[in-house]
Amino acid sequence: MAPHPGGLTATAAVQIRDLHRSFTDDRPVLSGLDLTIEAGEFVALLGRSGSGKSTLLRALAGLDQDASGTGDVVVPEQVSVVFQDSRLLPWQRVLRNVVLGLEGPGAVARGREALAEVGLAGRERAWPRELSGGEQQRAALARSLVREPELLLADEPFGALDALTRIKMHGLLRALYERHRPAVLLVTHDVDEAIALADRVLVLDHGVVKTERRIDLDGARDPSDPRFAAVRTELLAALGLAGGAEIKQEES
Amino acid sequence: MTDTATTRAAEAGVTGAVVPPVDDEELAAGRASRPRGKRRLGPGRPLRFGYLVGPLLLLGVWVWGSAQGWIDPRVLTAPWTVAATAWDLWESGRLGPDLLVSARRFALGLVFGVLAGLALALVSGLSRWGEAVVDGPVQIKRSIPNLALLPLLLLWFGIDERMKIITIALGVLIPIYLHTHNGLRSIDGRYAELAETLRLKPAAFIGRVVLPGALPGFLLGMRFAVTSSWLSLVVVEQVNATSGIGYMMLLAGTYGQTDVIIVGLVLYALLGLASDTVVRLIQRRALSWRRTLED
Repeated sequence: MAPHPGGLTATAAVQIRDLHRSFTDDRPVLSGLDLTIEAGEFVALLGRSGSGKSTLLRALAGLDQDASGTGDVVVPEQVSVVFQDSRLLPWQRVLRNVVLGLEGPGAVARGREALAEVGLAGRERAWPRELSGGEQQRAALARSLVREPELLLADEPFGALDALTRIKMHGLLRALYERHRPAVLLVTHDVDEAIALADRVLVLDHGVVKTERRIDLDGARDPSDPRFAAVRTELLAALGLAGGAEIKQEES
Repeated sequence: MTDTATTRAAEAGVTGAVVPPVDDEELAAGRASRPRGKRRLGPGRPLRFGYLVGPLLLLGVWVWGSAQGWIDPRVLTAPWTVAATAWDLWESGRLGPDLLVSARRFALGLVFGVLAGLALALVSGLSRWGEAVVDGPVQIKRSIPNLALLPLLLLWFGIDERMKIITIALGVLIPIYLHTHNGLRSIDGRYAELAETLRLKPAAFIGRVVLPGALPGFLLGMRFAVTSSWLSLVVVEQVNATSGIGYMMLLAGTYGQTDVIIVGLVLYALLGLASDTVVRLIQRRALSWRRTLED
C-alpha cells in the first residue's frame, strides 16, 4: 500500500500500523511493524543487514512498488530523501541539482541559501563530479532541505564517507536539524552515529522493532563519556553483539 | 619513513652533501622522482587538431604518389588537376549551384530525420506501448537498404525534391532512433527514483533527467546521422536527379571525366569530415560534465 498524506494526529509526523512487506520470494521483510515518529523528532534506525531497515525507509518514501504487503502508512505532505549516494544528476550543475523540480521565482534564491547553509556557497556552478564525496553529500542535504520537509528520510547518508568527513557531517546534520526541525528517520549501520545524532534509537530485527532506546545524554554526546559507552553496549547487545570491538571490525 | 630518512642521513654523512629537507610526499613516492603529468594507461592527452592528421596523411600519399608518377592519372587524377578542375567548375558557375542544391537536401533531410528519430525514440523509450508499436517497424526499416526502397519512394513521391528529402530523412532517422533509445534506456534507474521522491512533473522529468541523460547516445547517433545523410544524398542524386554533386558526377562518368568525379568525391569527403567535426565539437561542449578517456 502506498503512503498517503493527511490524517495525522496533532503531533505525529509518521504513523505506521501493522506494516507487512515481502518480496517475490515470500520471505517477509517487515512483519507487523508499528512505528510512530513525533513531529520534529530525530529517530535512528539500527539493524543488521537484511533486517528490513531500507525496506521500511522505502515504504515511507513511497519507493516500494516492487514489494507487496499490507499496513497503514501515514506520512506528511513534504517528505525528502537523502540516499547513500548523493544522487546528484551529473549533467546538471550543483545549484540546478539543488532546485531540481522547484518552481517559482524564489526557487534559485532559496537554492543558493540552502547551499550556503551546508557550506557550499560559491560552488553553485560546479559540476557534481568536481565536488568531493562529502561535498556531494552536502549538496544532497541542501537539495532535501530546500524543500522544507516535515519528514527527512536518510538511508545511510554518510556510509560512503571517510571517518573524518563523517564526523563533520554529523555536526552539520545535527545543526541543520536543530534549525529546521523536521522529523528525521536515519537508517544507519553505525551505532555511534545513531547515539550521537538521534533522540531515539530503534533496533530492527526480523521485520519488527525489537529494541527502543531514548537517548537522554543532555547534549553530552561524547563517545568517551561513560554514559555514551553504556548506551552503546546496550544497543550492541540488542544487535546481537556482546562487545564493542567486534562491530567496529565488521563495520570497517 | 624513518628508514629512508636514516639512509639519507647516512648517505649525507658519507658524501658530505647537504640534504635538503624533503616532505613526506616525496618520501612516500620513493626517491626516484616520477615524471608528472602523463597518464600511463589510456590514450593520453587530446592532440590539437588531431582529427586532421589521418586525412592529411591520405592527402600526402596522394600528392606524393602522383608527383612521383606511381599513380596513373587515368586511374586516379592528380590532386592539382582535381583542384584546377574544381576551380574551373566553380568559375564557370557549374559547381556552386550544384553544391548549394546538395547542401540544402542534406540539411533538410537531416533536420526532418533527426526530429522524427528523436520523437520515435522518446515515444518508444518512455512507454512500453510506444515501444511495442514503434520499435518493430524501425528495426524492419533498418534492415532495408535505402537503395531497395528507392523505386517505391519514386512511385509514391515522384522524382522531385520531396522524394529525395524523405529518402535522406529515412536514413537519418535510424541511427538517431537507435542511439537515443539506447541512451535513454541506459539512464541509471536511481535517477528515476530520485525524480520520484522529488515529485518531478513529467515535463521536468523529461527535460532535466531523460533528455540530458540520453544526450550522449543522441550525439553518437548524430555522428552516424550526418554521415548517413551524405551517403543517402549520393544515392538519390545519382538516380533521377538533374542537379546536385551526385548528378554532376554521374554526368562526368558518362563522359569519362575522371577529374570531375574525383572533385565530387573530394567534396563529399570534405563535407562529411566537416560535418562530423562539427558534431564532435558540439559533443565536447555539451558533454563537458562528463570525465572520460576522451578528455
